[in-house]
Amino acid sequence: MTATRLAKGGYIDRDQLLNFTWDGRTLHGHAGDSLASALLASNQQVLGRSFKYHRPRGLMSAGVEESGALVTIGRGDRRDANVRATTQELYAGLVAQGQNAWPSVRFDAGSISNLFGRFLAAGFYYKTFMGLPPFEWGSGTGMWMRYEKIIRKAAGMGEASRSPDPDHYEHAHGYCDVLVVGSGPAGRGAALTAAKAGLDVILVEQEAILGGDTLAQPQAADNLADQIKALKGAGVRIMARTTAFGLYDGGVAGLLERVTDHLAEPPMWMPRQRCWTLRARYTVLATGALERHVAFGNNDRPGIMTANAARIYLNRFAVRAGENIVIATNNDSAYAGAFELAQAGASVQILDARKSIPDAIRAQAADAHAVLRTGAAPLMAHGAKGITALDIAGQHAANWREAGKTDCDLLLVSGGWSPVVNLLSHRGVKPVWDADLACFVPGQTNEPLSMAGSAAGIWNDNACLLSGQAAAERAVAHLGGAQGSSAAPAPGGWQGAITPLYEVKVPGRQLKSFVDPQHDVTTEDIRLAHREGYVSVEHLKRYTTLGMATDQGKMGNIIGLALMAEALGKEIPQVGTTTFRPPYTPVSLGALKGRNVGNHFRALRRTPLHEWNLEHGGTMTMAGLWHRPWYFAHSGETIGDAYVREAQTVRRTVGLCDVTSLGKIAIQGPDSTELLNRIYSNPFAKLPIGKARYGIMLRDDGFVMDDGTTWHLRESEYFMTTTTAHAGKVMAFLEELLQTRWTDLRVHVTSVSEQWAGVAVAGPKSRQVLESCVENPAAVSDTNLPFMGVLETTLKGKVPCRIARISFSGERAFEVYLPSDFCPDIMDALWESARSMNGCLYGLEALGALRIEKGHVTGAELDGRVTIEDAGLGRMASDKKPYIGSALRKRPDMARDNRPRLVGIFPRDRREIFNAGSLLCAPDHIEGYGEGWITAVTHSPALGHWIGLGFISGGHSQWHDKAVVCADPIRKGNTAVEIVSPHMFDPDGERMYG
Amino acid sequence: MLRIPCPFCGTRDHSEFSYGGDASVEYPALEAPAEAWLEAVFQRDNIDGVQLETWQHLHGCRMWIVVERDTRSHEIHSVRPAHEGLASALAQSADPVNES
Ligand SMILES: [Zn+2]
Repeated sequence: MTATRLAKGGYIDRDQLLNFTWDGRTLHGHAGDSLASALLASNQQVLGRSFKYHRPRGLMSAGVEESGALVTIGRGDRRDANVRATTQELYAGLVAQGQNAWPSVRFDAGSISNLFGRFLAAGFYYKTFMGLPPFEWGSGTGMWMRYEKIIRKAAGMGEASRSPDPDHYEHAHGYCDVLVVGSGPAGRGAALTAAKAGLDVILVEQEAILGGDTLAQPQAADNLADQIKALKGAGVRIMARTTAFGLYDGGVAGLLERVTDHLAEPPMWMPRQRCWTLRARYTVLATGALERHVAFGNNDRPGIMTANAARIYLNRFAVRAGENIVIATNNDSAYAGAFELAQAGASVQILDARKSIPDAIRAQAADAHAVLRTGAAPLMAHGAKGITALDIAGQHAANWREAGKTDCDLLLVSGGWSPVVNLLSHRGVKPVWDADLACFVPGQTNEPLSMAGSAAGIWNDNACLLSGQAAAERAVAHLGGAQGSSAAPAPGGWQGAITPLYEVKVPGRQLKSFVDPQHDVTTEDIRLAHREGYVSVEHLKRYTTLGMATDQGKMGNIIGLALMAEALGKEIPQVGTTTFRPPYTPVSLGALKGRNVGNHFRALRRTPLHEWNLEHGGTMTMAGLWHRPWYFAHSGETIGDAYVREAQTVRRTVGLCDVTSLGKIAIQGPDSTELLNRIYSNPFAKLPIGKARYGIMLRDDGFVMDDGTTWHLRESEYFMTTTTAHAGKVMAFLEELLQTRWTDLRVHVTSVSEQWAGVAVAGPKSRQVLESCVENPAAVSDTNLPFMGVLETTLKGKVPCRIARISFSGERAFEVYLPSDFCPDIMDALWESARSMNGCLYGLEALGALRIEKGHVTGAELDGRVTIEDAGLGRMASDKKPYIGSALRKRPDMARDNRPRLVGIFPRDRREIFNAGSLLCAPDHIEGYGEGWITAVTHSPALGHWIGLGFISGGHSQWHDKAVVCADPIRKGNTAVEIVSPHMFDPDGERMYG
Repeated sequence: MLRIPCPFCGTRDHSEFSYGGDASVEYPALEAPAEAWLEAVFQRDNIDGVQLETWQHLHGCRMWIVVERDTRSHEIHSVRPAHEGLASALAQSADPVNES
């Protein structure tokens, strides 16, 4: 192949020379070039190696359907694999590399696997690796584990950078009346008509410049620049370098805008790409059509491309792709290019598979001085790294026969055109096979959406323009404007009919004919799949991987369908089509995640004491969205040292802990008591004012939802606390009940979690600490504030607060809630007092140790599968009133004796450690799910050894005298444990009540 | 990509809402037998067509609403507050908040 850059023409800027690097060599192109056109003009023929067989590959197209020239762009952490050279704009300093080859695409050691091709036929991976019974040289998934690395290396698809992506991406939302996708004749016609009718129009174009198929035609033939000026003048919002990759419900289009991919030095402030959620009231899809290949021997050789691709390289990029050209076609569309290539100095032969062609078309061939052979088609290409000659097939009756050979350096193929119905297919509309046009055309839809131009199977430019205008008129009418008068032209428009041609083969000749070149799927693979019983297209696709490469079947789907139809003795529409799914072309993960990365991945909630905790040596940890203090290490302490000291100090003197993250709900109104009595499983009807009660809520299905304390503040006002984890869920559930089921209850619920900061003051000296901080110390005396007592009072400085004497740690303890903004100052005072009594600050780790010692449950235990009896709290549930979950908690299975019940766990050898997440098993039966599991472990400072909480079938009474093994096969191994009561420390609560 | 016209706030993206469940379910009285609760909690139809469903405008007004939606096309036919009192009050209001 000898490509030549023409001295004039094209949409390139010859004054701007751009240097770029291809496989280590410096080449140059011009502004306006794609990487593909620059490589072509530089006569680089082998641009990649194929996936399985490492066959040399070159340019097969000039657009998004490219399956040959997949390259890696960039270096270091900005390396992108599998970029289509045809869609990458050239910029100064661009670095591109070939893929799947070592040491280079020109000399690839891996191409030897071509010789072992028979091992890599369809279904190879399934047959060899997917868990089949012992099979030839190994069995199933085990073999896959062993060979995966080697196979992945040999059958690679480019290599991604292993560093974090240094670029940033954005999400954006947009709105318009009419979205027009594609800026060819139909798209331009639609956009202009709609905008002139006063509608807000967005026109998206995946290429850098507008024009669509017009760019493939000689410039003199149109007035594209004027048309674009008219679009802008009419107020059309134009988005170039933007792909509509998916259509979704409610008129939503997903757009990928490539903001800086074409810039040599992108400014730091610009996102690399922008992912748009665009809402349009009407959508016009003028997405064009893609030219098909034909399957014949070595049809994947460099130097073989679609006929229209050569036209695009010629007219848009001013590159004549070859000198001695053969054009193989089965329809009229290739003839215009033949003439233009001849004008540019190439010699042209035309093989038309049709027996007879119209005179006008014959005249076009004559104008091109082309040798025309009808009833002829390509049979097999010669040339190792690029086509040098072609065996020709001639038609005899219904079959092909060998019919000579010709030299050539470029073979252009037109196997017909496939309308791009992908976006319509995203809406669940199946395309319809048009036997006359030999292609799928769009099906009917009731959505506010029209297809226009060649996307609707209309081949002629003028008719495309009219169909765009008609689509815009439908949009105008749909949106309440005037009814239009244009009728959409019918599909078709060629002078001679197309003759379907999918594969050329002659009896007795072995050919390597590719259907899906990207995945190296051949015609033989399809027939093999059929012989092995795959009759459904969906199965065929998965078995052969046809259409599953990055082009998603743009290249080979129709040929695959046609071959399957032939094998089954059916017509194409009976075999079906595959459903196209988003995205139309690949979308980077970066664009999908946008700014939601790193610390922006999810919201972070800080308590009002966040800074205070940090200033006082706190190490933070995540609890849901919250940052909470984990432990407060003194210098030289490990986390283990710190939490043990903190827990000991709480039991010995006093500790302070930030508990702001607990959920807080204000419950107000005359029916508040009734609401609480219905949602808590334990009685709440008689909770006196000035008292708190621990309550357990169930779900409708009878399992535990959440627990917490609720404080009776005054006649019709309560203050409910929930766990940190379930705060949102409980709030939404209360709102649901009040708004949907119990609409007669006069209750208002308000989340006040942010308003009230919370501090737990726990330990034998907790009362003294409080006394020193409230304005009236007598208010917190044992008499005035007994166990479960509630008090609204003021702290020093007249700060209002709510105090309840409740305990999670098992010590005498108080929870103090005060307005969030005052919390740091009050914390200073509390801490000064606590410190004077040798107290400490404690974090989640010590909090956990203290509650595990007491057998108090948290989210780790209340995981949604636990009944109130399982948690050991069944005696709290009322039998005298109905409540949420009371009916279904009595289901037989939930009352089963051998359900897993909450237990405490000690290591048999008290020096041993064991892990949360381990399984509890009988010693003679360490397998499967075991008898139970461990939810939490800690070193217990009070007991002097490791302890745990967990669930085991039947609970303490079943296992207290039996040997149990804590199985932890992939971490520590097995540990002998004993099952004890969950109340491992101070079971009678003397410390708490005292 | 649903958008739901909240009767209180106007049309908003569905990501502001959380799905509740089948709005046609009549929850039995709390003291009703387990059979009635089993029916309400577990025996749900998988409707191919128009169904009533509850949603909460979680990241908006926090109101529970009843949405009449076609499960095949996601087309929303009607929206009203789940609370009957609010629904009738809103219906009488001369100026309902509904921009759509
Ligand atoms: Zn709302």
